[in-house]
Amino acid sequence: MVSYKFCEKIISRLTTNKAEIVVFGEEPRPAYDRVHLSEFFAGKTAEDLLMAPASWYVENNIRLHLGDPVQQIDRTAKTVHSYKGITESYDYLVMATGSAAFVPPIPGVDKKGVFIYRTIEDLELMRDYAPRAKKGVVIGGGLLGLEAAKALLDLGIANTHVIEFAPRLMPRQIDDSGSRVLENKLSQLGLQIHTNKNTSAILGEDTITGLQFADDSHLDADMLVISAGIKPRDELAKLCGLETGHRGGIVVNEQLQTTDPFIYAIGECALYNGMIYGLVAPGYEMAEVVASHITGTQKSFTGFDMSTKLKLIGVDVASFGDPFVSAEHSRSVVFEDTMKGVYKRISITPDGKHLLGGILIGDADAYNMLLQTARNKVVLPPNPEDVLLGARGGSSADAGPGVLGLPDEAVICSCESISKGAICAAVEAGNETLDAVKKCTKAGTCCGGCVPMVKDLITGTMKAQGKYIRNVICEHFAYSRQELLDLIHLKQIYSFDEALDHYGHGDGCEVCKPVVASILASLWNDLILDKGNDTVQDSNDRFLANIQKGGTYSVVPRIPGGEITPARLLVIAQVAMKYNLYTKITGGQRIDLFGAHLSDLPDIWEELIAAGFESGHAYGKALRTVKSCVGSTWCRFGLHDSVSFAIQIEERYRGLRAPHKLKSAVSGCIRECAEAQSKDFGIIATEKGWNLYVCGNGGSKPQHAILLASDLDSETCIRYIDRFLMFYIKTADPLTRTATWLNKLDGGITYLRNVVVNDSLGIVEDLEKEMQALVDKYKCEWKEVVESPELRKRFNHFVNAPGHKDPSIQFETMREQKKATDWK
Amino acid sequence: MSTTIATENAITWFYACNVQDVPANGGVCVKYGEEQIALFRFARRNEWYASQNECPHRRQMALSRGMTGTQEGEPKIACPFHKKTFSLKDGRCISDPAECAITTYPVRIENDRVYIGVDGASEC
Repeated sequence: MVSYKFCEKIISRLTTNKAEIVVFGEEPRPAYDRVHLSEFFAGKTAEDLLMAPASWYVENNIRLHLGDPVQQIDRTAKTVHSYKGITESYDYLVMATGSAAFVPPIPGVDKKGVFIYRTIEDLELMRDYAPRAKKGVVIGGGLLGLEAAKALLDLGIANTHVIEFAPRLMPRQIDDSGSRVLENKLSQLGLQIHTNKNTSAILGEDTITGLQFADDSHLDADMLVISAGIKPRDELAKLCGLETGHRGGIVVNEQLQTTDPFIYAIGECALYNGMIYGLVAPGYEMAEVVASHITGTQKSFTGFDMSTKLKLIGVDVASFGDPFVSAEHSRSVVFEDTMKGVYKRISITPDGKHLLGGILIGDADAYNMLLQTARNKVVLPPNPEDVLLGARGGSSADAGPGVLGLPDEAVICSCESISKGAICAAVEAGNETLDAVKKCTKAGTCCGGCVPMVKDLITGTMKAQGKYIRNVICEHFAYSRQELLDLIHLKQIYSFDEALDHYGHGDGCEVCKPVVASILASLWNDLILDKGNDTVQDSNDRFLANIQKGGTYSVVPRIPGGEITPARLLVIAQVAMKYNLYTKITGGQRIDLFGAHLSDLPDIWEELIAAGFESGHAYGKALRTVKSCVGSTWCRFGLHDSVSFAIQIEERYRGLRAPHKLKSAVSGCIRECAEAQSKDFGIIATEKGWNLYVCGNGGSKPQHAILLASDLDSETCIRYIDRFLMFYIKTADPLTRTATWLNKLDGGITYLRNVVVNDSLGIVEDLEKEMQALVDKYKCEWKEVVESPELRKRFNHFVNAPGHKDPSIQFETMREQKKATDWK
Repeated sequence: MSTTIATENAITWFYACNVQDVPANGGVCVKYGEEQIALFRFARRNEWYASQNECPHRRQMALSRGMTGTQEGEPKIACPFHKKTFSLKDGRCISDPAECAITTYPVRIENDRVYIGVDGASEC
């Protein structure tokens, strides 16, 4: 990796391609990403892990010799001789020989079933052996050992043990308390951890059967991975007489020169100031220093912060600065949550002004910020614990100035060592998106950990330049959704064409058309297929049904609160049988009828409407359903009649179009059977009335709704919902659910509560009026279509063969119903 | 009634429908033998386009139900299934260069009647 990085850096510094670069490697493939080695077992291939393909070397005129290690260096003649017999001369030689696994001298390490964890070949051997193993053991509870343990889990060995000689895991990074939390967390994930264990022998004839420990205990095992540390590959350096450390490593100076000034050593084989730097970031920094030095710029390596953050088997572990400052030189703040398995400790100077270092287990979101705070000696807020816990209720204390408060030299991307100043300069030069900044500076391209900070810097720098950052809709409308809504409202515009004439240009597209359609529907609640607005609706809205695989549609009649009479159930059954529809109960207590041909839709709805059904708006960014539990009418725990209230609410907001779909629920007691707290607005009965929760979400990023107001009577509850929904409709970005909207809202729930409950903006009367106008204007849009021959005509597949169905539609049978033929 | 009115340069112009049968700034699907052709009316530009109805992405007969639009002035259609967009000038997929292009056809209007030009040689 470090060798590759050196090539990359030297190439970018060579203005003319005069230098000849030759790379010798012992392994059979080009440099690969060892940091993510364990992903090899999680499905990545050896190719995925390559830093760059062999073709990259060709393109950059680098001669690459693989599977051909250098065996001899002649320092007088300045030549190297390789295993396959190649002799090359050099001006400068860079040794990036890395390290090998350190195998402790335990009797029996040569038995079958004992592995080391270092190269892709090692991993291939492990993979081939793993199917016959039931019980795996890893010797070494450090960073690499835990990685190896994860590899065993990934290989399907559920019974995996980790043996550590020291009294704690990761002894170089974390403290005893942190280790206990980590051990706990890892054992929940199936790893059994044994600390304070000294392995004295590996048992078995030819093949391993177990381990013997110095304390006379023993452990059965049929596969063992040794990952007890690394040993620098300095044998070649020794051979040609370069100075090496007595515990290994090629001695280098600040320019990474060995005792021969024409030979450099970088990465894990280099010994600087008595220390081996076994992380990738310092290795890259060394590559940078050597590339500069050879091309004539003076840079030096003066040690490197060994702060690190990683995810071990799904658990965040980070340590930064000096995590082990003694108590006499520091004070510490510790936070421990044994329930969640979170441990955080920071050490601060005795005067409370600066952060010295710390450890984070289980939740390392704050790592980047803390690291920068420590590294740049940023002055801490008056309550230093705020940097760990965030500013808490009651005080308005500021939890530090954030990434924008850092000095320009602060290193944001430590993999590529890109400073805050460099990133801000790139933004000022016009690189105003993350991709542009990545391309221009390389920040965030390696591990990606700094990406949130880079994003904050982009926004912050643009704001500082006086640039107003807003989300314009698309190339046709240079307004945000909120601005456009206000304009359309003010100017009383009723169609997309008018909106485009007044406030846009060009012809519109699939982005702005549905946005404007949604705004028009939210403001006026006219029939969405009228005034030429039919073709600006999303396909589902245009045909008032949900398009499904194969091009048929599904039909969802409204079943308010999930309550339905047997007679109506019968109608649904009859319609489904008549039109051969697949039926399924939805998550929102309704019935979905799938597989309807476009031309059958008006006939289907004619029958449903005749039986008293109306549109369920399952196709729209609109109110979907208000789910309910059975409530006090039947349930022995029910406090109020949740079904009646759910029906009342669903009928009030039916057909209401919004920036995104809206879901709701009413629960009759705190048992919460209707799951109201996962909805955009949810209501739960209390002894005294209703509690109103808002901005919850299921889906891919579930979020609990937050209590907006408690113990409301039904009328007040509805008024609050009116205000809440109208405020959301008027201010949200396109396709933003209430949860995301709230997350982005400055001031969050406190602000929202002030607007909706305390009327801090003085708009609640308007909001209620506007909502009432929409409610009063509601009509079932399917009823309007069914009654209009002109509108019905649009529900045909062929314009020149009305009634003919699409012959390409095909179905298959599954469990006595039809299903769409799968697409390719 | 014959659907074919003229043949020139190996292009067969067939009568598809009348102008008012096609919604402004929208599309319809035209049956031509066993083929399905999507016909689009860009009313704001007074332009007409036609393409295959099948979206090549998942091979769905759906483009006629998609949303029309332009990108830097170039007319395009967005498939209702996954919003892949195709140029109606040359048929290439704008949103995903790796996706197959679609076939486009010329359109002619005469006396409020819409004609689509298909390759005479490959008529089915």
